[in-house]
Amino acid sequence: MSSRADQQGAGAATWTAAEMMTIAAARALPDGATCLVGIGLPSTAANLARRVHAGGLVLVYESGTIGSKPEYLPLSIGDGILAETADTVVGIVEIFNYWLQPGRIDVGFLGAAQIDRFANINTTVIGPSYASPTVRLPGAGGAPEIAASCREVIIVTRQTRERFVERLDFVTSFGHGAGGDERRRLGLRGGGPAAVITDLGVLEPDPVTRELVLTHVHPGVTPADAQAATGWELRLAPTVETTPPPTEEELRVLRELEAARPAAAR
Amino acid sequence: MTRPPTQIVPLQEAIAKIVRDGDTVALEGFTHLIPTVAGQEIIRQGRRDLTLVRMTPDIVYDQMIGMGCARRLVFSWGGNPGVGSLHRFRDAIEHGWPGPLELEEHSHAGMANRYAAGASGLPFAVLRGYVGSDLVTHTPSIKEVTCPFTGEVLSAVSALELDVAVIHAQQADTAGNVQLWGIVGVQKEAVLCGRRALVTVEEVVETLEPRPGAIVLPHWAIDYVSVVPNGAHPSYTHDYTQRDNDFYVAWDAISRDRNTFTRWMEDHVLSG
Repeated sequence: MSSRADQQGAGAATWTAAEMMTIAAARALPDGATCLVGIGLPSTAANLARRVHAGGLVLVYESGTIGSKPEYLPLSIGDGILAETADTVVGIVEIFNYWLQPGRIDVGFLGAAQIDRFANINTTVIGPSYASPTVRLPGAGGAPEIAASCREVIIVTRQTRERFVERLDFVTSFGHGAGGDERRRLGLRGGGPAAVITDLGVLEPDPVTRELVLTHVHPGVTPADAQAATGWELRLAPTVETTPPPTEEELRVLRELEAARPAAAR
Repeated sequence: MTRPPTQIVPLQEAIAKIVRDGDTVALEGFTHLIPTVAGQEIIRQGRRDLTLVRMTPDIVYDQMIGMGCARRLVFSWGGNPGVGSLHRFRDAIEHGWPGPLELEEHSHAGMANRYAAGASGLPFAVLRGYVGSDLVTHTPSIKEVTCPFTGEVLSAVSALELDVAVIHAQQADTAGNVQLWGIVGVQKEAVLCGRRALVTVEEVVETLEPRPGAIVLPHWAIDYVSVVPNGAHPSYTHDYTQRDNDFYVAWDAISRDRNTFTRWMEDHVLSG
């Protein structure tokens, strides 16, 4: 298996697996969409998209800032720069009840500590017992309702066997449940996870069964690498495409963003 | 339910009058305007068996948990934002140190609605939430409710009932009216949920000057105001102080080890 720290590409145009993941996530955001952004990689990807191909992307942070245009990457979802550059700032009750719940947000961007084959997410506990967990994670935050109510959800996370598990220790945020039309049967209005973007490739739900299917691998990664990093028998698309490599512009802008980040946020 | 006039008093006096052992207390602030110094005064006064409520418990709640103030935590996201784990919070849950910590765990949308219900004087709030989440099986304050008009099944969350709400704001005027702006979070709802309310402020001004997007809380909704400059540190107060991002990073190492944590608290908080 190729090491994920490997530099890919040749000559001046080399990049890391983490950079490829961020760039692939940025590409998934269409210009003009409204996007609810979590901190960390989703925020980096959304800010990259806004600078490269999606100048009209509307960034919404769950702290209540709508239309934030930060000049640098914030450390938290409540940094002052997000409020100062926003079109409007609203309270927390309003951001969830008026803006997220009725389906006004196109794309919800989530991370995952554990994910299963139907893109259900665990960010609560690792270990068999909720009451006395092996590892206590931060918890739900906004994710259950973001996963429920956005038109679609994009999940960004590194792909390892510890994360991509056969069975979640806890379902924090509902993806496609046990598959098929379970979301519709439960009355969920949003479309649920549309893509899982990792440092190895892209997984998308089968249109009928909703099981995740490997549709893309990043340059230098093989489907066998992706299978080895997955805790269940990974389904492959009839043709697994290779993600187009990062463009010079994507790499330059991403690196400028990272370099301009306040020291504490690096 | 007339309240006595708002008193502008030193923080020590306000905390002594407002927080009692066993109380349910919310020190709210969503990454901005976190009333850290007020929480540290609660630690210094040695309060015990508190039920701590907050959407995003962060460093000050890590400190209160690690110093043994809390019996129970009601929350929706417990982490060091942008950095990682809250180690005292984790140690309490994973190993029961310094004592066991009961949890009542929600999502942000659920907590926000619980505050809104409490502020509204209603027993519960309704939302489209928690569907398919295991939180429902562990949290008794989430139940199903059927809409009497459409028959749709929705989630209900019980109202928060707070003995005390504490928030930090930019300004109060001499009568005790309070104004806050920037990211305003759920602080208005928290104050209106609290049987008693304390606001720490950066400064007292003669007259509040209206600001776009600001919240003004009238003095008769507040019991005590205390002047605490930089009272949100390491969080920030929009237009007054900067977020101390380096301290959030430094807290990871300070809080990771029980002895390092305890020594730091002795040197920086208990002796304060």
